[in-house]
Amino acid sequence: MSVKEDLYYSEDHEWVREEEDYLVIGVTDFAQEELGDIVFVELPEVDEEFDKDDSFGVLESVKAVSDTFIPVSGRVIEVNEDLLDNPELINDDPYGEGWLIKVDPADDSELDELLSAEEYAEFIEEE
Amino acid sequence: MDYISNTAAEKDKMLKEIGIKEVKDLFQMIPEAVSADDELNIESGTSEMELMRKAHAQAAKNKSLDQQISFLGAGAYDHYVPGIIDALISRSEFYTAYTPYQAELSQGTLEAIYEYQSMICDLTGMGIANASMLDGGSAAAEAVTMAARITRNSRVILPDTINPAYREVIKTYGTGVDLDFVDLETEDQLIDPTQLKENLDDQTAVVVLQYPNFYGSIEKMEEISKMVKNNKKTLLLVIANPVLLGVLKAPADFGADIVVGEAQNLGSGLNYGGPYLGFMACKDDRKMLRQLPGRIVGKTTDVDGKEGFVLTLQTREQHIRREKATSNICTNEALNALMATIYLSTMGKEGLKEVGEQSYHKAHYLADRLDQLAGYQVLNKENFFNEFVLKTEKDSTELIKELLADDIIAGYDLKVAGSEGILVCVTEKRSKEEMDKLVEKLEVL
Amino acid sequence: MEEKLIKDYSSPGRRGYSLPPLEVGKSDINENLAGYLREELELPEVSEVDVVRHYTALSEMNYGVDSGIYPLGSCTMKYNPKRNERVARISGLSNIHPYQPIEQLQGSLEILYQLKLDLAEISAMDEITLQPASGAHGEFTSLLIVKKYFEDREENRTKVIVPDSAHGTNPASAAMAGFDVVEIASNERGMVDLDALAEVLDENTAALMLTNPNTLGIFEEDILKITEMVHEVGGLVYYDGANMNAIMGYAKPGLMDFDLMHFNLHKTFSTPHGGGGPGSGPVGVKDFLAPYLPKPVLKKDQEKYFWDYQRPKSIGKVHSFYGNYGVMLRAWAYIKTVGGKGLKETTENAVLNANYLKARLKKDFELPYAEESLHEFVLSGSRQKEEGASTLNIAKRLLDYDQYAPTIYFPLVVKEAMMIEPTETENIGTLDHFVETMLTISREIKEDPELVINAPHTTTVRKLDETAAARNPDLHW
Repeated sequence: MSVKEDLYYSEDHEWVREEEDYLVIGVTDFAQEELGDIVFVELPEVDEEFDKDDSFGVLESVKAVSDTFIPVSGRVIEVNEDLLDNPELINDDPYGEGWLIKVDPADDSELDELLSAEEYAEFIEEE
Repeated sequence: MDYISNTAAEKDKMLKEIGIKEVKDLFQMIPEAVSADDELNIESGTSEMELMRKAHAQAAKNKSLDQQISFLGAGAYDHYVPGIIDALISRSEFYTAYTPYQAELSQGTLEAIYEYQSMICDLTGMGIANASMLDGGSAAAEAVTMAARITRNSRVILPDTINPAYREVIKTYGTGVDLDFVDLETEDQLIDPTQLKENLDDQTAVVVLQYPNFYGSIEKMEEISKMVKNNKKTLLLVIANPVLLGVLKAPADFGADIVVGEAQNLGSGLNYGGPYLGFMACKDDRKMLRQLPGRIVGKTTDVDGKEGFVLTLQTREQHIRREKATSNICTNEALNALMATIYLSTMGKEGLKEVGEQSYHKAHYLADRLDQLAGYQVLNKENFFNEFVLKTEKDSTELIKELLADDIIAGYDLKVAGSEGILVCVTEKRSKEEMDKLVEKLEVL
Repeated sequence: MEEKLIKDYSSPGRRGYSLPPLEVGKSDINENLAGYLREELELPEVSEVDVVRHYTALSEMNYGVDSGIYPLGSCTMKYNPKRNERVARISGLSNIHPYQPIEQLQGSLEILYQLKLDLAEISAMDEITLQPASGAHGEFTSLLIVKKYFEDREENRTKVIVPDSAHGTNPASAAMAGFDVVEIASNERGMVDLDALAEVLDENTAALMLTNPNTLGIFEEDILKITEMVHEVGGLVYYDGANMNAIMGYAKPGLMDFDLMHFNLHKTFSTPHGGGGPGSGPVGVKDFLAPYLPKPVLKKDQEKYFWDYQRPKSIGKVHSFYGNYGVMLRAWAYIKTVGGKGLKETTENAVLNANYLKARLKKDFELPYAEESLHEFVLSGSRQKEEGASTLNIAKRLLDYDQYAPTIYFPLVVKEAMMIEPTETENIGTLDHFVETMLTISREIKEDPELVINAPHTTTVRKLDETAAARNPDLHW
C-alpha cells in the first residue's frame, strides 16, 4: 500500500499534485486496492465546475461502483481520456498514468485543509 | 401434504435440535394483532387427479383457438410453434434453474442467452442486445426512458400508428420521469414525414416508430430516419416485429439507435397475453451500453483458459446500483428467450424467411379477395405486410360478433382503439380454406 | 467451450423446419416492398437433431431445483410441481389470444378471479391486479399508485424511505417512479431503527418500503408502531412480498396496516424460475387505492367475469396485455393443490427447516444477529475470512459438492454475508447433507485452504474472468 510523498490527500482517498498553474487529481493506491479491478471510468466534461467534496466522477469495478469526490473546488481543464479504453491504468499506476482530472483551482487555501502524506498514511492505518 | 416430506418423527428431531417444543413456538414473536385468527378462508387442497379435473372443467368453459379460425393480430401473433421447443424447455435443468449468478453451474442458461443476444443482433442489425425484457410494451417504455437519459431531453414523439397498448405503457412509465409526449396524429395508417418534421426540435429525446406499424403498414422509414438523424440530439427508436425481420430489412439499416419489440411470435405461443418476451438492442456504443437496462451475458475465459459465459456489466443493475440503476429489472423472461433461441435455430435463415413470406402472400391473397367484395375495402392495400385494415359498411363490432357463430374471429375491432374497421392478420398458419370461408361469410353479411 | 455454439453446427442448406407448401398465388413482394427487403440474414442452418443435441448438452451444464438444494435467501427456490406444468399446457387454457371476446374465456377468467380472491385472503388486501410481470414490476406499479394517490390529493411528496437491508429493486423501483430515496440504518438487532425512522419522516414522505420478516429473516416486532408512524405523517406503507413464505396463515400484511404490496408468484407460489423468468408480481391494495390500479381490473358481475377498463384514475398500463397469465395458471394450480391449511403448513415447514439449519450451522459460522428468525437467516463468513477464505470462496466450493450456494454478500448490513433459505420442500436428508458439506468446507479452510480458495474445481468451467468480461465485452458471436 503505497502513499506517495509530496502529494496532498483527502479522507475520500483522492490525491492532489500541485503543478505550476493547475492541480492533478487521482485516487490513491488504497482506493484502487479496495475497488478491485476497475472496468469503467466516468469522467466529467472539460469546463465543468465543482465545489469541494462534490462527486465529479464514477469508478466501476466488476461488483461495485464508487463516486470520486473532488478534494478542492475548481474548474476541470483536462480529463485523462486514456482511462476510457484502459481503466486498468488506475490499478497499475494510480499516482502516475492513472490520474483522473486536471483542475484550475478556485481557492488555493483549500489545499491547507488536506492531509499530508504522513497524515494520510496514519489515516489508512486506522481504516 | 404433497410437497412437504418431513415426517412427524423427522420434525421432532428437528425441533429437538432447535431446542423448542412445537413448531408454533417458532412464530411467537408475531404480535397477536397481526395474526390471522382463523384458518385461511381458502378451500382445502386436492389430489392431482382432482386438480386436473378442475382444470379441464375450466378449459371446457373456454372456446380456444382449437375450435375456431382466428385472424387476430394486434400485437400477439398466431405462428406455428414447433414441438421441439416445448420438449427442450421442459428439461428441468432449464426451467427450474435460478438466475445464472453462479456462472459455473449455469453455463447452459448463459450460453443460450449469449446465442439469443447474438440472434437478436443478427435480426435487428444492432451491435448489442440484452437478455430480455418483460414484454414488447415495457421494452418500448424502458427504451424511451433510456433515450431520455442519454440525450438529457424529455420530449417524446409518439405517433398514433404505434400499438395503442404500447403507447399506454410508454406513457405510464413516462410519468415516473416527467416525460413530455407529443401525440402525432396520422391519416391513412401512415406517418406524414412533413408533419413529423414540424414536431422535431432540440428538446426531442426520441422518435418512436413501429415496423410494420400497428395497422400492418410500413412507414417511410428512409425519409423519417434522415429527418431524425438531422436533428442531432434525437434518437430513433424502432419497435420491430422479429418474425418479419426474416424478410424485412434490419432496422439498423434505417439508422435505428435502439430497437425493441415483442418476440412472443418466436415460439412462445399465445397464452392469453403472457408470459411474452420483450427484446431490446442498441448500437455498439459505450455510452448507450452503460444506459441499457436488463441483464447481459458476455463470453470470457476461466482460470484454465477455457471459454465460458458470465453475466457482465452488472454495475448497471439494481442489485449493485440500487437507486442509480438503469432500471429496476430483475426477473425477466429468460425461459421465453430460450424458446425464441430454439425457434430461430430450428427455423433457421430459410425457415424464418419462409414464415414471413407465406404470411405476406396469404395476407395479400385474403386482402385482394376481401377488397373485391361489395361493402368492404382494404384501406392500406398498397402498403401492408401481413396485417391490414378492412373498412366495412356494416358496423365492425356487429360483424365480428356474427362471425363468431361460424367459429371465425374476423380480426381486432379497431373501434376499441378509437378508429374504425377490422384489423385482420394472416400468418402462415391460416389455410386457403380458412381464408375462403371468411370471404364467403363476409360476402353474405 | 464445453459445448460449441449452435451456429457452429451450421451447414449451408441444412434444414430443421417444416412448413406446408404455399397454397395461394404469390403477390409481387419485390415490387410492393422495394427498398424494404432484406438481402442477407445470418441465422444458423441446422437440422432438428442438431438443435436437440445442442440444447440437451446445454441443459446438462445447468443446475435446477430438480438437481438439488438451492438454499438461496430471498428467492424461495421451492420445488416446481409437475402437475402445474400440465395444467398450464392444457390447450383449452393456453391456446387463447388476448383479444378474444370475454364470453369465450369465462373458464380462464374464473381461474384468474379465484387466484385474486386467494391472494387477497392470504394478505388481507382488498383488491388485486395481476398485471405486473415480476416482483420489481409490481414494486414499480405500486410506487406509481402511491404517486398518483398523492397527486390526486394535491400533496407534493417526493421521498420514499427504504431500509439499508432492502433488496436492490426497492430503491431502483422508487427512483424509476420519480422518487428520491432515503435509506435508513437498521438497529443492532437487525430491525428498523425507530429513531432513525422518526428522523426522516415528515410531510414530504410518500412511502416506506418494507419486507417483513426482513432480509435477515427477522420479524419486525414493532411493525404496528412503524406503520402507525408513517401513517401519522400522511405517508403510505408498502410491503415487499418476497418473504411471504414465512408468514402464510400466521400473519397478514393487511393486518400489519400495510396499504399496498406485491407478491412473487415465482417465489412463494412455486412457479418455476426459468433461469431468470418468467415470473409474476401481482399487486394487492387496500380499497382506497383501488382506483389507481393499472387497467383493466378483473371484475365479476353476477356470474360473468369481465375486464373493467372504466378506471379514470388508473395509473395506466404496465404490461401490454394482462400480465404473465401462464405463470398465474401455475400459481392457481399450486394453491388449489395445497389448499388453505396446506399454505399454513408450508410456512411452518419453511420456518422449521430454516431454524434447523441455523441451529446446526451457528456453531461453526458466525451468526451476526441473535434474534429469532423465520424462513431464512444470515450467517457471516467472517471467521472463515480470517482463516483465509471468503464467503465467495465458500460459495464456489459448495458447487464442487453439487449443491447451490446461498445468496452471498446480501444483505449489505452483514460482512461476508450468506443468506440461507431452504424452503419447505427440502427434507431432513438434504438439509443434513447441506450442513455436512458446509462443515466439511469449514474444515477444509483450516486444513487445505487452497482447495477452497481456488474453487470450484469440478464444475463445467472454473472461476471466470469477470474483469475481462467487463473491460472487453464480447456480447454476441
